[in-house]
Amino acid sequence: MSYFSDIYKGIKTLLNGMSVTGKYFLTSRKGAITQQYPDNRDTLKMFERFRGEVVMPHDENNEHQCTGCQKCEIACPNGSIEIIWDRGIDETTGKKKKKIDKHIYHLGLCTMCGLCIEACPTDAIVWAQNYENAVYDRTQLTKVLNEPGSKVKAGIED
Amino acid sequence: MFRLIIQYWSSVISLPSSVFGPRSLNITKTIEDWLVSVMPEGAASIVAMVLVALIYLGIFAVAGLYLVLLERKVAAWFQLRIGPNRVGPLGLLQTMADALKLVSKELTGTVKADKFLYNLAPYFVIISSLMALAVFPFTQEFQAFDINIGILFLIAISSIGVIGILLGGWSSNNKFALIGAMRSGVQTISYELSIGLSLLTMVLITGSLQLSEIVEVQKSGWLIVQGHIPAIIAFMIYMIAGTAETNRAPFDMVEAESELGAGFHTEYSGMKFAYFFLAEFINMFIIAAIATTVFFGAWLSPFGITESIPWLGVFWFLTKTLVLVFLMMWFRWTFPRLRIDQLLTLEWKYLLPINLVNIVIMALIVWLNMTIQF
Repeated sequence: MSYFSDIYKGIKTLLNGMSVTGKYFLTSRKGAITQQYPDNRDTLKMFERFRGEVVMPHDENNEHQCTGCQKCEIACPNGSIEIIWDRGIDETTGKKKKKIDKHIYHLGLCTMCGLCIEACPTDAIVWAQNYENAVYDRTQLTKVLNEPGSKVKAGIED
Repeated sequence: MFRLIIQYWSSVISLPSSVFGPRSLNITKTIEDWLVSVMPEGAASIVAMVLVALIYLGIFAVAGLYLVLLERKVAAWFQLRIGPNRVGPLGLLQTMADALKLVSKELTGTVKADKFLYNLAPYFVIISSLMALAVFPFTQEFQAFDINIGILFLIAISSIGVIGILLGGWSSNNKFALIGAMRSGVQTISYELSIGLSLLTMVLITGSLQLSEIVEVQKSGWLIVQGHIPAIIAFMIYMIAGTAETNRAPFDMVEAESELGAGFHTEYSGMKFAYFFLAEFINMFIIAAIATTVFFGAWLSPFGITESIPWLGVFWFLTKTLVLVFLMMWFRWTFPRLRIDQLLTLEWKYLLPINLVNIVIMALIVWLNMTIQF
């Protein structure tokens, strides 16, 4: 007798599915999830968790939080990050101390895996929401993340 | 003009012309009179036939394009998207642009393909679906070819399309195409039985295969009302089998783009591919139009509200057809597709036995005069 109950269940579940899509159809004009991208460039906001490119935030005193520990460079699976560093004299203590010269990020090599950001102990690098990365020359995809003349924020290393 | 064709064909297949009565639109009548005034009657009738063919071809090529657009829009709405809206106002010229692009594309093929059959296949498919359009009664007068075996003609013509698909798959000299074509053969030939039997159920009420006669019977209630329970079962079976006949999802084993490339039309490009595509959409219109004619009273308005304005029949016919087309689109964007064994199980274990029992019930209902009539 499962023959007839199969037919009944079949029709019931099919109608159930159709009612779900039917509701979508009726409300689609209001709840469309499509973004009309080039039109809404001014108002478009990307989501918090979107991975655009890696940036290093600087505060108003041109200070960043990167200590040059190179954990991000080691964590990167395909060598997108290169850190050029040197030892310099610290003004307050007068001791020699590791300082970054350039934090180089190759956007063209990056797979947006996020391992560098996971690895960073001081949250010096974060994801930005920028996604319009098209350029005519790929040398423009090599970016220096620390701004010229910037230094480490006090108290980060301690 | 249409009357001429009808007269011509009725003489060929020796039908009494009184069966048809006066059938001619006013506009076509003037053209017909003008044609007769400038050339002999034989030539005039041939010219008139060619004109009808061209008009139908033009209308349904454009209709096919707009069905593609409708499908894309409806699909978008079902999936909470916006759909094409760039080319022309509201994206209305999108498929025109697509067609232009397809025309300009190179026609490629495999080296060892059977060239003759390979080139013939798309025409088989598109011509068989365009031929079926001739018999539909869009209004009382607007019917190119009112044949007395209308339903049989439709079933016969719609089964020719599968030969085009088989030819295309076979002659492409490509395993994917061949497997796709074989699957299509299995599917289309199986579901043809259900289509035929469900239409036969309705023919039991009307007692005629002629489409204009079937519409005439429905003046005392659409057949889906007259036949009540068995008619509704027949309609459900017809819509399922019809969806399978047009190779649409959830029965798109033929294309199977995930495992077979593109199925039987893997090797077709440009306009030849577009013919298959266009034929699919015209077929969808045809399946819906047959259902409209047989179940929902063709051009008859509900409760005869516009009976005094006969040309509104086109409006009613198209409305009903488009509602059914929408239903098929609804199926497509809701249901998951069937595996090949599930497909055959559905046809041979469920639809066919139900259909056979349904015919017996319908015969009993007609015999005992239990049909509902107003």
